Amino acid sequence: MPREAWIRLAVIVAAVAALELLCRGGAIRHTAIIPPSEMAQALWRILRAGTFNADIVTTFRDIALAAAISIGLGFALGVGIHAWPDLRLGLEPMLASYYAVPTFILYPVFIILFGVGSGAITAVAVMLAIVAMITATLNGLDRIPSALRRTARVMRMGPLSTALRISLPAALPYLFTGMKLSVAYAVIGVIASEFILSGSGIGYSIAYAYNNFDNQTMYGLMLLVILAVVVINTGLHMVDRRLNARRGR
Amino acid sequence: MSVTPLPKPQRRPPAGEPMSQTEELHVVLKGITRVFGGRKRETQIHALGPLDLELRRGEFFSVVGPSGCGKSTLLDVVAGLAPPTTGQASFEGRAVTGVPDGIGVVFQEDASFPWLTVRDNVAFGLRRAGVDAAEIARRVDYAIGFMGLREFAGALPPQLSGGMRQRVCIARTLVLQPRLILLDEPFGALDQQTRLLMGDELLRLWRETNATVLLITHSLDEAAMLADRVGVMSARPGVFIDFVETGWPRDRDSRVIATPEFGAINARLWEKLRVESLKHMGVH
Amino acid sequence: MRQAVSVTLIVAVFLVLWQVLHLTAGTAIPGPGETLARLRALAATPAFWGHCAETGQAFLLAAVLSIVGGLVLGVLLGSHRLAGGVSEPILINLYALPKVTLYPVVLLIFGLGMSAKVAFGVMHGMIPLTLFTMNAILQTKPVYRRTASVMRLTPLQAAWTVILPAIVPEVMSGVQIAVSLALLGVLIGELFASQRGLGFLARHAMELGDMPTVLAVAATLIVFALALNAALRRLARISPRAS
Repeated sequence: MPREAWIRLAVIVAAVAALELLCRGGAIRHTAIIPPSEMAQALWRILRAGTFNADIVTTFRDIALAAAISIGLGFALGVGIHAWPDLRLGLEPMLASYYAVPTFILYPVFIILFGVGSGAITAVAVMLAIVAMITATLNGLDRIPSALRRTARVMRMGPLSTALRISLPAALPYLFTGMKLSVAYAVIGVIASEFILSGSGIGYSIAYAYNNFDNQTMYGLMLLVILAVVVINTGLHMVDRRLNARRGR
Repeated sequence: MSVTPLPKPQRRPPAGEPMSQTEELHVVLKGITRVFGGRKRETQIHALGPLDLELRRGEFFSVVGPSGCGKSTLLDVVAGLAPPTTGQASFEGRAVTGVPDGIGVVFQEDASFPWLTVRDNVAFGLRRAGVDAAEIARRVDYAIGFMGLREFAGALPPQLSGGMRQRVCIARTLVLQPRLILLDEPFGALDQQTRLLMGDELLRLWRETNATVLLITHSLDEAAMLADRVGVMSARPGVFIDFVETGWPRDRDSRVIATPEFGAINARLWEKLRVESLKHMGVH
Repeated sequence: MRQAVSVTLIVAVFLVLWQVLHLTAGTAIPGPGETLARLRALAATPAFWGHCAETGQAFLLAAVLSIVGGLVLGVLLGSHRLAGGVSEPILINLYALPKVTLYPVVLLIFGLGMSAKVAFGVMHGMIPLTLFTMNAILQTKPVYRRTASVMRLTPLQAAWTVILPAIVPEVMSGVQIAVSLALLGVLIGELFASQRGLGFLARHAMELGDMPTVLAVAATLIVFALALNAALRRLARISPRAS
């Protein structure tokens, strides 16, 4: 592992150790934050007992679905908007400021349309994640060097062939950035929605535990979310690095 | 317009002969090497040397060499931007540790500050050095006029062409009245015709400031046309394998490229350089 | 000009679609007309403006703290390549974390109230600005640093006269994001655990099934956020770097 990674590991270990000491020492109230070792134990118990298995499955299934829809639909919309410059012109300001707007406030509308549950949650998550994919698709298609397109024309390649063999590979790094962001937003969208207004899922379980003063369960589940996010992000990051390294970027 | 005759080459002592006492040594490099990488032998990169170099005060010296031979590293060592791994670099008789006073550098990349106007860009170094306002105004005005930037004095660099931006960088260096000017492929990003004209500007600058000039370039034409003396570097690790005196008079300009002497100089440079370039390309 | 026409068309299409949705979903989802009427009614009550003030106050505080904190931390981490390299993945992971899951911790520390809301806002807004600032400093064109060296500027001079002006565009982008996310954080906090503020108002209405109020509040917030974002972008464009 490179030097940076070691230092990072050391920093994280030191921070966790400091938290542990502060908690055990009494500087931080047990009712506020429990020591990290207890968090880990709580998580272990939860996974062993399987009490929240259904919620865990629900959450990850919703995340996967939201990510898939956002990526697929986002890409398709991106391609469509790219091909229609006038539409793009009109949408540009909204796409640019989309993430400044608290769109989740429309959650109740989705509840009415889809009922309380996975449908509404997935819808909110898609709303959050899809624009990142659309923007990344537009960006990627923009950045295909015109020299590549012109080579395709000189070789007399048809539109489908050009799209599959030239446009897609050339835009892939930017598309992948969009996919990374979409997954991240899908995670945030699903868990946040579950937290605020839902009856199942990890987010809901954390809120339930909090409302019932069950700190152990609450922190155990929080730890689960943190670990899941880190694993997903790291995985995507490594794929991203591979993709870029092969292109010498 | 009358036709001025082409400048005729004059005889100058070849590099091998001992330096006469009256010619002052401005820059002296002895046994310079620069090695990158860790302690392990296998990971080390021998970028430069061991090489020696002596520059006379007021000389226009050019360095040509294949890509990656360490030309830019040489500039870093002379300018004090990087310490040599072994050897000694001295400027005006004093050892170089850090950037000495009296040095100006023009880089290959555009170093003009896009957030300042041309005028403010040129004045930048003087303002930081605490020169008084009246003197700054005088020098900046002169430099802007000298480099033909008067029309654009209030413009921002992003609004200018590549050639103009390099002129801004040169003007910014000029106002500091450096005694040694280092240029690292300053015209690399420009087209051929602009390069020739910028070469003339550089010669004007050299004559005006009486500075010593060290120009790094990959263009044989440019070196042969502009310099008093050209050093040919080998493939990495770069050492000097030839010094060619051009013998041009001080008042030369780009029209020397029409002379047979220019062809001969070019031929000699390429003779040595071709072998080294093939080495760099992996062909022996 | 062409853009203004396109945008107007899109807004019109959106309003039409909204009305269609209203007509198909029945009384459950109010249409644009009803929403506007409810908004007018709300605006006549002082209670509504009280909520606005509450949210506004928390947002302002959170935005300012996010900007200051993000800049300071970004500069510190950006000044040292190793520190930046070590902290970047940590910051990115914190950014990707659904911070909502950490809200109970904040409440346990700050209790219910204004300080918790501001904490939520800062949690959301500070990290992206830190990342933007840090990366902008680390990725400053090397030739600028070399120029500063050749001119023999002191590190402080180099930082103030070369690095800082060079990173202004990226910092402006980061500030826009920080402000938007600070608003988001404050609102989520109000949705989840507060007795005052626009977020609370929306949630309260949601629980009562009062859809017109929900949409009225949503519309207010969306328009406010868009206007704020537009203002910040105009501000960024005024800077002399626009090319």
